Amino acid sequence: METRKIEIPLMADLFAKGEKPEYLFWVGCAGAFDDRYKKVVRAFAKILTHLKISFAVLGKEEICNGDPARRAGNEMLYQMQALQVIEIFKMYEIKKILTICPHCFNIFKNEYPDLGGNYVVVNYLQFLNSHIEDGSLKIDSASLDNISVTYHDPCYLGRANDIYDEPRNILRKITGNLVEMNRNKSYSLCCGAGGAQMFKEAEKGEKEVYMERTEDALKTGAKIIATACPFCMTMLTDGLKYKNKELEIRNLDIAELIAQSIDL
Amino acid sequence: MTKQIIFAITLLITFGVFFYTIRRIVSFFKFTRPAFPIKDFGKRINVMLSVAFGQTKIFRRPVIGLFHALVFWGFCIIIFGSIEMVIDGLTGSDKVLKILGPVYNILMASGDIFALIVAVSIIIFLSRRLFFHIKRFEGIEMKKRSHTDANISLSLILLLMLSLMAMNIGYLGCQRIADGSTSGIYPVGRLLITFLPGLSADKFKYIYEAAWWCHILLIFLFANYLPYSKHFHVFMSIPNVFLSRLDPLGKLPNMDNITKEVKLMLDPDTAFAAPAAEVPPERFGVKDAEDASWKNYFDSLACTECGRCTSVCPANITGKKLSPRKVIMDLRARMKVKGPLMVKNGRDFNDNHSLLRDYISEEELWACTTCNACAKECPININHPTLIVDMRRYLVMEEASAPGELKAMFNNIENNGAPWQYSAEDRLLWAKDLELKIH
Repeated sequence: METRKIEIPLMADLFAKGEKPEYLFWVGCAGAFDDRYKKVVRAFAKILTHLKISFAVLGKEEICNGDPARRAGNEMLYQMQALQVIEIFKMYEIKKILTICPHCFNIFKNEYPDLGGNYVVVNYLQFLNSHIEDGSLKIDSASLDNISVTYHDPCYLGRANDIYDEPRNILRKITGNLVEMNRNKSYSLCCGAGGAQMFKEAEKGEKEVYMERTEDALKTGAKIIATACPFCMTMLTDGLKYKNKELEIRNLDIAELIAQSIDL
Repeated sequence: MTKQIIFAITLLITFGVFFYTIRRIVSFFKFTRPAFPIKDFGKRINVMLSVAFGQTKIFRRPVIGLFHALVFWGFCIIIFGSIEMVIDGLTGSDKVLKILGPVYNILMASGDIFALIVAVSIIIFLSRRLFFHIKRFEGIEMKKRSHTDANISLSLILLLMLSLMAMNIGYLGCQRIADGSTSGIYPVGRLLITFLPGLSADKFKYIYEAAWWCHILLIFLFANYLPYSKHFHVFMSIPNVFLSRLDPLGKLPNMDNITKEVKLMLDPDTAFAAPAAEVPPERFGVKDAEDASWKNYFDSLACTECGRCTSVCPANITGKKLSPRKVIMDLRARMKVKGPLMVKNGRDFNDNHSLLRDYISEEELWACTTCNACAKECPININHPTLIVDMRRYLVMEEASAPGELKAMFNNIENNGAPWQYSAEDRLLWAKDLELKIH
């Protein structure tokens, strides 16, 4: 099959040409540096290109928006990052932000306004769901052949921002076999990486949180664990490895599942 | 008349003791910090109607939640009868609210039925605590005192309901022997009275009077026991829900004093602007009870130690030391000690102890994933994560104390603009050789 090369538009390049894209696609540090999550970002970028969305990324100008520092108590560092990010957004006259990472989504949507940064912040699941709903993104419903899928709610989409239905709507379009874990939606158990835990060893205890959550997922018998957060992805993939299940059960992001199902 | 005088004196003592206790507790609020302005009254009333009166969050555990909701709704009805008793007691009237007519019948009938329902629910609650091992009721913060307190409160409520039922039976008995007419309808009383055939009018009168006094004195006792008990939530829950934080759970409150400092740092021009007035710098974050906000303290007073928060905490479930319930109980316990000291010696008084470390360890604080499961679960909208993060803020910004890996993460953000040690130059590597299939 023929392919064409995608050039990801850079905000600085477009701005130099006097163009203003509709969305800033905020890649996030995990999307930029985590080898596993780069694949998710690639999948989502393909979908954006496929949908002919007007977007650009900041590329080398993107910096951490300060979320992990803030959750770890370093308000000073958070605000330094945030005020710099807000300056960059101001420079490019950014109005709409698209994020994959729920932590980045939450901080832009809920916390940047306190520092004067007001934007329309859209999480990729809301974005994808609305494009499926309005018919612009057509999904081959037989693509997964009714393979069972379970969805793990990231805390910062679910409880933090009440996004529960969009991922489930999308997954129901991809498979007829969406199964829920016992703890789901607002009852969902954290993967263990939130609140800056991603960057440190867990405190002493009887068990790792991600093992507890992986067991929840395994109990459903699902062949695919769908996630929507880079940290959840890392934790649950680790869980599957420790359980020696990584060959049988796949941990995929919803963006990857969509890209697969429309064969991009 | 003697009855009225005795009643008035008891009522006066009840209010006197109650206001003495409350004044003490309220006086500690002046040491706390601001949280958020109270506006959006429409929204607040909605939250109060659904979460408090609708009991929506307690129904997150549907079975036991239903029993709690029945007890709550029962209280809401029975309280009309209690108000009537106070008026009757003071004025010497007899069932004064009967002027409400049909509404009175409904109130009395549902109160009578609820008394039985509440009594049954309380027996279920008590047996869960006494005969079953419920994990949620255990934990390092659940000392013997907490269990005794719970059992005393529940027993008091049970006695309240039994005395109310006895009162209704006594009343029905008197009226039946007299002219048969009653004010109000008492379906449960009517049923139970069939088990007491052949009692004389005097006996019923005696039952009625004794139960009446028993019930009202128990109410007075209960009201004054509550402020010293976890069951203070009977008074505090509804206002606590009304005063809920209305922000999305994911939002942390901004530290405006930090914003000022950071803006100074980032914009050198402002550094030469008019110097700020000399005010002693406020401590960053929460170290001790007085650093907490009034809402944190309110939360702690409203907490009834049900443990729903801790039972869903990922850290606690997997055996870490953190228990969100303990954090809230610790704040309440610390204020109980530090509050009176500050009243006596001023807010700056240092007793060489603090909420941090003497009550809550760093290990607990660093175990939190800020997943908000605790806050989502709390039936009365207590917010634990903001307090935990505020205590982390103190540790990091005042003591530069954090686990080594987190300090490394801070350094990475500062130096490379990313929490990991990667160069900004590599931020676009993901986009290399990206191809789209042409269909």
